[in-house]
Amino acid sequence: MSNRRPFLLFALLAFGYAFLYIPIIALIVYSFNVSRLVTVWGGFSTKWYGELLHNDQILSAAWLSLRIASINATLSVVLGTFAALTLVRFGKFRGRTLFFTMVSAPLVMPDVILGLASLLLFVTMEHLIGWPAGRGITTITLAHITFSAAFVTVVVQSRLSQLDISLEEAAMDLGARPWKIFLLITLPIIAPALLAGWLLAFTLSLDDLVIASFVAGPGSTTLPMVVYSSVRLGVSPQINALATLIVAIVTLCILLSVWLVHRQESQRL
Amino acid sequence: MSRWSAINGSSRGAGEWLGDVLTGHHGRRLVIVLPYLWLLLFFFLPFVIVLKISLAEVLLARPPYSPLWQYLQDGTLQIQLHLDNYLRLWEDPLYFIAYLKSLKIAGISTLVCLLIGYPMAYAIARTRDPLRNILLMLIILPFWTSFLIRVYAWIGILKSNGLLNNLLLALGLIDQPLALLHTDFAVYLGIVYSYLPFMVLPLYATLSRMDRTLLEAAADLGCKPWKAFLSVTLPLSLPGIIAGCMLVFIPAVGEFVIPDLLGGPDSLMIGKVLWTEFFSNRDWPAASAVAVVMLVLLVVPLTLFQRAQEKSEGKTPL
Repeated sequence: MSNRRPFLLFALLAFGYAFLYIPIIALIVYSFNVSRLVTVWGGFSTKWYGELLHNDQILSAAWLSLRIASINATLSVVLGTFAALTLVRFGKFRGRTLFFTMVSAPLVMPDVILGLASLLLFVTMEHLIGWPAGRGITTITLAHITFSAAFVTVVVQSRLSQLDISLEEAAMDLGARPWKIFLLITLPIIAPALLAGWLLAFTLSLDDLVIASFVAGPGSTTLPMVVYSSVRLGVSPQINALATLIVAIVTLCILLSVWLVHRQESQRL
Repeated sequence: MSRWSAINGSSRGAGEWLGDVLTGHHGRRLVIVLPYLWLLLFFFLPFVIVLKISLAEVLLARPPYSPLWQYLQDGTLQIQLHLDNYLRLWEDPLYFIAYLKSLKIAGISTLVCLLIGYPMAYAIARTRDPLRNILLMLIILPFWTSFLIRVYAWIGILKSNGLLNNLLLALGLIDQPLALLHTDFAVYLGIVYSYLPFMVLPLYATLSRMDRTLLEAAADLGCKPWKAFLSVTLPLSLPGIIAGCMLVFIPAVGEFVIPDLLGGPDSLMIGKVLWTEFFSNRDWPAASAVAVVMLVLLVVPLTLFQRAQEKSEGKTPL
């Protein structure tokens, strides 16, 4: 192959990454801007971070979102792991097609449809059985679990299907009980996928505006709702500061999980 | 019986008992039944309810729609189905235009994503390991940072005194700021930007699994590189192309945040129409009818996506 071809290819690659990262970098740079006008550079300052830390509305919304996201992530990992085990290990069973459809459709279903459908379900349930009473943290969490468990399923399923089944068979031949095999062999091997799935479910929930808006009640304003109503009024340096913090935390989490997985893999060798 | 004796009499701990329940015959059932019931209740049933309420009439009450059936005083069952909501979707051109526009915007954005994403995925698949992992991670990273904030970033770039206009003015390419924000162009840009990782990841998955010796064989037989690409690489990556396109197209059709924040008054997409029916007009039945028709339009793409998922089951590193 000629040398020009890879050059062109890597130029396109560089263009793609520039496209992905320039907006994020601009966002971060202007969070340190003195000027309130987000796009005019007035000098370096961290005052917007200070104001952010005194913005009670954002802080309480962030706390609410973090609570919802962590409950959601934990329950999604349990549900998603069960669903992945069902798909990978249990072969063909009656109703598998419907199951597979219901697991994978939330991956692409437009948010507005999921939000509306969840809300109508909660209203109907409240009418019929009195639960969930009103709308708030419970309804947001329930609606989030349904779609984030689908993402966890994909992540865990991918790891489970790479797993060498002969390890489990060997343990079974040696007389280990099924739960012991699961705890001592399967679980440690799929642990990185569970961690990745947990983080993914966590960020999906932390990030969701549309579904939460449909199923939220008075007093359950999540962080994306506050950001959205502030953004609708115009650009604000505080939102830039918040965005920078989110990017920094996400980057740290990903680096940490990569390091953990890497360490686990090099220990096994 | 054995389960109860396990709790009460035997020396085994609660953890072991739980372990047996989770992995034994009953456990196997629990592993299937729990997610199955969950999805039936929280994913399947809601769609049935949406269909039901789309046939109701809007009322000033709680809940704000008429019941589909009720028992009259003499004990007869009265069923009232209102097709008005669907009739309105058909008669008012606003809805038709919004559906058409959503399909057009989603379709073109998907194509642009494919044109940018394919070379990227191809290039990543051809690099070696430390670099490849870094490049992949850089694709995934924006996907993990807040979607809302990534859309917000474009407001600062596109607005009339924003970064892009300032840059173009400074370079002397334009005399007056261009109107970029609140246009269809901004909506396309926002969708392509937000959904690009969803295109690159499945494409990378198929391209990196491809058997490179096929290309060598084609070259040995005198096949030109571009022809080998068209007749070997492209057909083999078709499952990735379909999966990636559906991962972009389907959610983009119902997108609300991007047309709302970046679009103008005429970038009317159906997700925004549904939102307005629900939140501003408080017309739940009309919003449900909009959702039902959107789902009907998405049946074919959804089926294509399901097939692609089923084929690559457990191999997509999303």
